[in-house]
Amino acid sequence: MTGEPAIAVTGLVKRFGERTVVDHVSIEVARGEIVGFLGPNGSGKTTTIRMMCGLLTPDEGEGRVLGHDILHDQRAIKREVGYMTQRFSFYEDLTIEENLQFVAGVFDLPREAVASTLADLGLTSRKGQLAGSLSGGWKQRLALAACIMHRPKLLMLDEPTAGVDPKARREFWDEIHQRAAEGLTVLVSTHYMDEAERCHRINYISYGKLITQGTVAEVVRDAGLTTMVLEGPRIAEAQRMLRSMHGVEQVAPYGNSLHVIGRDGPAVRKAAQTAAEATQSKLLEAETSLEDVFIQLMGASQDNMQ
Amino acid sequence: MSTFFSWQRLRTIIRKESIQMRRDRITFAMMLGVPLMQLMLFGFAINNDPKDLPAALVVPVQDRYSRAMVTALELTGYYRFTHPAATAAEAEALIAAGDVSFVVTMPSDFGRRFERGEHPQILIEADATDPAVASGAINTIGTVANEALLREARTEAAMAENQATKVDVVIHRRYNPEGLTQYNIVPGLLGVILQMTMVMMTAMALTRETERGTMENLLSMPVTPIEIMLGKVLPFFVVGAVQVVVVLVAARLIFGVPFAGSIWLLLLGVFVFVMALVVLGYVFSTLARTQMQAMQLTFFYFLPSILLSGFMFPFSGMPTWARWIGETLPLTHFLRLIRGVMLKGADLAAIASPLLALTGFAIGFTLLALSRFRQTLD
Repeated sequence: MTGEPAIAVTGLVKRFGERTVVDHVSIEVARGEIVGFLGPNGSGKTTTIRMMCGLLTPDEGEGRVLGHDILHDQRAIKREVGYMTQRFSFYEDLTIEENLQFVAGVFDLPREAVASTLADLGLTSRKGQLAGSLSGGWKQRLALAACIMHRPKLLMLDEPTAGVDPKARREFWDEIHQRAAEGLTVLVSTHYMDEAERCHRINYISYGKLITQGTVAEVVRDAGLTTMVLEGPRIAEAQRMLRSMHGVEQVAPYGNSLHVIGRDGPAVRKAAQTAAEATQSKLLEAETSLEDVFIQLMGASQDNMQ
Repeated sequence: MSTFFSWQRLRTIIRKESIQMRRDRITFAMMLGVPLMQLMLFGFAINNDPKDLPAALVVPVQDRYSRAMVTALELTGYYRFTHPAATAAEAEALIAAGDVSFVVTMPSDFGRRFERGEHPQILIEADATDPAVASGAINTIGTVANEALLREARTEAAMAENQATKVDVVIHRRYNPEGLTQYNIVPGLLGVILQMTMVMMTAMALTRETERGTMENLLSMPVTPIEIMLGKVLPFFVVGAVQVVVVLVAARLIFGVPFAGSIWLLLLGVFVFVMALVVLGYVFSTLARTQMQAMQLTFFYFLPSILLSGFMFPFSGMPTWARWIGETLPLTHFLRLIRGVMLKGADLAAIASPLLALTGFAIGFTLLALSRFRQTLD
């Protein structure tokens, strides 16, 4: 059992009417790994997660989650997986404690589980508060507490930090890493690049297709992008020039600097050189960031669609 | 822990539903307040046999016969002569305006012709726009008029002759000797009130989860369809029980409806009826996508079930096809059951057929609900 990956699904397809929302997606996640699931809005992340935790039946494809068949053992998967939905989906007209008691009852957990979960997450003082009256950060804490209370072996988090302030996000990730160190496998979908970089591995999905996967370094390397940075007072002028130049695929200003990105290294270097000379800007080569890679991937898959 | 059913999980869902029900104060108040209000309103307001209806008398010559006629008609309880000396034109205007329900016209030579032994005529015009209003009053008039006039004429011979030709018809109004509408309406109201709250509330059960987005979470946990269904409908049995007590106590104390049969038999019937209703509501809940749709479905069901079940209008008076529709409504069978037990003192054998029908509805709706329920978000 322990040698088997936590998630191993192949060729997942989901159609809603005419639209293919998930198109032959295969994912493998080893036990104890934190895997990021990235992609633009509407790319099929939520649908893929729902298929893996037994909430949707795939139209094609097969696979195992924690050793259980995703087509036939959905009930077994539900017992061992913690799924945190994108939208807060606990009962707003119940208090924090009542929500946790509900989850504890459904999973047949001992009575003490609620109290210890409340204490673990620092929710004891707020246990009598209605869930609906909580702020975004506290709702997220409650949802996380409820998802991990039954000690799942696999946690699936669907955009868990949307609408949460940076400090709460930091705490949230600390919690996740601590759990992963204890052996929990985590699959987390996100938009945030800094969060993607906190994952052991990432999967990038766009328009229902898995575009790339690997560690952050691998993904960046595989993209094969060259990034040049121009610095100087006239970068707005440089930006206008670069837009139409050969080999330049992205031009993105960051404060006083300008990132020039493209797959064709020599062409990008040449274009950047020309623009830098014309505007008397400082020129240097930089590491390509994950965000630049994703913008590139997003643009590429959009082209595929058209 | 069993895979398909666990008491622990069922208890958990029931507890959660009960807390939510309690927190929704307005709905909770409505579940208990509305039945009482409806009972008072309809129990007192609905009357199929109205009395003391306004009438006008058109008679050119006031004589002892016309006076005897007025007295006799008023004694039936149906007529109240608000306009005892109207002209024909006035009477026409009164009935057209709805100020009177009847116009009684006696010709000027009525007394003379009666004394001569001829057969004079009395014209009674009734506002029959609502047939129910006029029927009771019209039915009584023939005998009443004859008896009054004969008594007034004091012609013993004529009376004897009259009696001789008559067949003695004995009418025994059983179970409700005074023909009180309330005896019929109040037990029926229990059915209507239970139906209103039970079906409507449970129709919201799943759609509320879907609308609030909590369905996704609920489904991601190891709960089974039967646990969700029972967990959502069982709390309403408590609400139903409270309503039953309220209505039965009110029926006895306020409306004085007799209770001829066994209370346990009635409660058995109510239990099966409520079971059928909550599961029917739950079926609506699996059909509708939003709470609004669930409400609409419920109302589409309410109207025929009030009109065709025999609650408002006599079941036997409907054409065959309408009676077939009526037979498909649980309320129809419940009305037979409760009227049988409360008014006629029916025993188990006498109500076996409506009881079986209700059991059939409960089982059928349960199977339908479970087959409709989606364990996934597909």
